Amino acid sequence: MTFTQQLLTIGVCVAATMLTRFLPFLVFSSRKPTPPYMQYLGKALPSAIFAMLVVYCLRNVSFLTGNHGLPELLGIAITVALHLWKRNMMISILGGTLVYMICVR
Amino acid sequence: MDGASNKNQSFRQPSLPPESSHPARRALEAAFPVTGPIIAGFLFIGMSYGFYMQRQGFSFWYPCLMALMIYGGSLEFVTVSMLLSPFAPLQCFLMALMIQARHLFYGIAMLDRYKGMGWKKFYLIFGLCDETFALIYSTKVPEGVDKGWFVFWITLLDHFYWIAGATLGGLLGSLVAFDTKGIDFVMTAMFVVIFVEQLLKEKCHDTARIGILMACLCLNLFGPNSFMVPTMAGVLIIVTLFRKRIARRGGWES
Repeated sequence: MTFTQQLLTIGVCVAATMLTRFLPFLVFSSRKPTPPYMQYLGKALPSAIFAMLVVYCLRNVSFLTGNHGLPELLGIAITVALHLWKRNMMISILGGTLVYMICVR
Repeated sequence: MDGASNKNQSFRQPSLPPESSHPARRALEAAFPVTGPIIAGFLFIGMSYGFYMQRQGFSFWYPCLMALMIYGGSLEFVTVSMLLSPFAPLQCFLMALMIQARHLFYGIAMLDRYKGMGWKKFYLIFGLCDETFALIYSTKVPEGVDKGWFVFWITLLDHFYWIAGATLGGLLGSLVAFDTKGIDFVMTAMFVVIFVEQLLKEKCHDTARIGILMACLCLNLFGPNSFMVPTMAGVLIIVTLFRKRIARRGGWES
């Protein structure tokens, strides 16, 4: 690949990314009120998105072979337990990550 | 009563240091701690990415500029393999669209929140990555802090950590050899925490359940590299079909 082709390849990746980020704002003008269906999606989707992102982080964990994803499950359990107990984002994240790091050694 | 509260206020007013009274600075002071969880994750994953590009024979300018311009972790890793394959711009474009399609959902969720942000709006949308979206969506703007500056700083700080990580990784990847195995779990833990927060906040867990089930189903059907687009399509269809019921149970009837 030549340098120009490299630049073009990176360029189309930038363009595709920006298209997905800007499209909703371009389609629904900020001057007009957002249509009720989009307002509904804006409220209904985040829970599904966060659920999807958690699954996305675990997409390469194999639960049937190896250690059966036990470090991940334990790390998540500790994170959730700490969070329900202290409600402090930093403590929950650090605690869960520490337990995970100890488990994978 | 009135006199007393007035007195209190006149006492409270001068106690604020004058230099921190600028809305931008006050917002930065409030935003920085919020980005704490991202620092470790972005620096580490960014550095692994920079290191990976360096190992593939690219100068540190590549990870640096790609972190700045693309600013999307998973696509940046895929772009490296695109750069090592024969030139196929259309295929790259479609692949990038599919990897990044989830950002459409973030935009939809932020439509009303990002209204009236003036000149900051362009950058807020440009920098709306997974982690920044999750942080901004789940964090309440503290009282007395300018909303626009607050979300602007969160976006800019996160972007900065990512660029710094990628550049450092590209520059000195091979020199840094300390044992950080497993530290990338920071990001998983962060999304788990934000998901838990969301569950505690909402009235009804319908869409959370739909999200988990659809993602697990599609992960099994389509595999780890291409389950996101079908998951999003499936969630969108179900959430649309059962709109009345979900809106009623969630308390979102307009």
